[in-house]
Amino acid sequence: MSAPTLTHDPAAGERRPRRPRTRTVRTPSAGAGKALRRNVTAHGFLIGAVLCFAFFSWYPIVREFLLAFQKTEDGRVGWTGWDNFVTIWNDPAFGQAWRNTLWFTALALVLGFAVPFVTALVINEFRHGQGYLRLLVYLPVMLPPTASVLLFKYLYDPGYGMFNEVLDVFGIPARQWLQDPDTAMLSVVVASTWMNMGGATLIYLAALQSVPGELYEAAELDGAGLLRKVWHVTIPQTRLILALMLLMQIIATMQVFIEPFLLTGGAGPEGSTTTVVYLIYQYAFNFNDYGAAAALGLMLLVLLAAFSAVYARLNRATEA
Amino acid sequence: MSTRTLISPAALARPRGRLLYRLCFAVVVVLFTLAFLGPLYWMVSGGLKTTQEAVQTPPTWVPGSVHPQNYQRAWEVMDLARLLLNTLYYALGALAFQLVLDVAAAYSLSKLRPVLGKAILGMMLVTLMIPATVLVVPQYLTVLDMPVIERNLLDSPWAIWLPSVTNAFNIFLLKRFFDSVPKELLDAASMDGAGPLRVLWSVVLPISRPVLGVVSIFAVVGVWKDFLWPMLVLPDPNRQTLAVGIYSLATSVPENVLIAALTIASLPTLLLFLLFQRNIMGGLTAGGLKG
Repeated sequence: MSAPTLTHDPAAGERRPRRPRTRTVRTPSAGAGKALRRNVTAHGFLIGAVLCFAFFSWYPIVREFLLAFQKTEDGRVGWTGWDNFVTIWNDPAFGQAWRNTLWFTALALVLGFAVPFVTALVINEFRHGQGYLRLLVYLPVMLPPTASVLLFKYLYDPGYGMFNEVLDVFGIPARQWLQDPDTAMLSVVVASTWMNMGGATLIYLAALQSVPGELYEAAELDGAGLLRKVWHVTIPQTRLILALMLLMQIIATMQVFIEPFLLTGGAGPEGSTTTVVYLIYQYAFNFNDYGAAAALGLMLLVLLAAFSAVYARLNRATEA
Repeated sequence: MSTRTLISPAALARPRGRLLYRLCFAVVVVLFTLAFLGPLYWMVSGGLKTTQEAVQTPPTWVPGSVHPQNYQRAWEVMDLARLLLNTLYYALGALAFQLVLDVAAAYSLSKLRPVLGKAILGMMLVTLMIPATVLVVPQYLTVLDMPVIERNLLDSPWAIWLPSVTNAFNIFLLKRFFDSVPKELLDAASMDGAGPLRVLWSVVLPISRPVLGVVSIFAVVGVWKDFLWPMLVLPDPNRQTLAVGIYSLATSVPENVLIAALTIASLPTLLLFLLFQRNIMGGLTAGGLKG
């Protein structure tokens, strides 16, 4: 998961009025010299970070756009127009990767979005042990993803895994979790949810604490049951956070890579877990076709940047 | 806990309500413990089983015979000491670069306010809108052949340290915190003849300890958890991080040794979490999360 920020508001720090420039009488040249010196110092403090951004963020962003329309052959770079896009469009894996990614996102929204919210609702009701429950939920977030994913591979094993063993207790027959195209993606989502739900749960918990209790009382006077209270009070009261986390979840899950990469080798049975980012990885690092990788990346970028823009707007609304 | 939640205190006060509450609480605690500690138990105990027992069907819940030497074997066979040291080296380096460069940048943007400062901050924040995985390909090409200095940074720690500085979220978090430092305090210091560096060091940083703590923890954890980027830029097995090294050796060692190695790999960040859980979870809900 990348960065769901509750307080991400670029403009917040900027609203403060500028420092009034009511300096005492000075010769213009001395004032200019001082301002210049102040600016040189200020930029001196900035330069390190700015250079890092230039090399590793801004230039790569520009380069992503350039690469998508270029082809490198024998060390020579040439412009190819939309050729890279045509190449990936005609790749049978292209449609499958998008379908799988959307399927993953849909499943992750059902599980990864609903599960942390319900978890937070439940934890919030208890007067004891909240610290312990919060600790448990956040524990997996701190594991290195390689460790969690390889651990899940072990848990999912049809023979010696814990999953089938637990199901066996309830009399449910064993399954080939990761080897069966029907359950492979679901298994990936379950692992991903377990690994990542901690952050969202804590954010929801913080949001739930701000719901005014009188609203629940009023709802009870109207005869509302538990589900009605959730539907008519809790959800409307936390809807901005819910909307933000929904967008966050979409942005994060559409970039899924490590879970399918380590659990099913990336493609999975019959390509059932090939995701867009895995396909980008394949083009770039297995086929050495950076142009095609960049073209596919650009599609993802445009789509997700749109979601990010909505997110930033909503976020500003929560601040105001 | 005086805040009113979904269930009314009156309902809870009734004997039936109290019983139901206790029942639900017990079920939830057991369920959560199983769901979140269960896999970890399976990991720790799997590392203690013999190779045959680790892959036997059906599996055993409790290891038939305990073999702590698997952990020692994992340590030796997978050269975990080296992988751990590498990861620590990258993590502390990234922490140092982020603390120095991001703090300096945030301080400059918040208090020194240079010409074009707003534009620079805006350009930094725009990078938050670009999906990180998309940039991996052009970033990798940049590392292969750094513009201007024309060096190949593959297999060098700089390939981890420098990109870690481009954390717009950190800079934003720090800047917001610095914005809240009263101007009078800084003016008083500069009246006493302190330069900007001195003001930062003796006035701003001591006040900012909480936010610096949060940024530091997330910097270290970020390097510890990263996988795709170190896998690409550190192809030399001797220079790999723990996360990547374990992945590349995963298929060449027996299952029980691999599981033992996973346990060892998980320990440092788990310990860090148990030590600093208040700061981590506080920082998360105060500012958002970074991972």
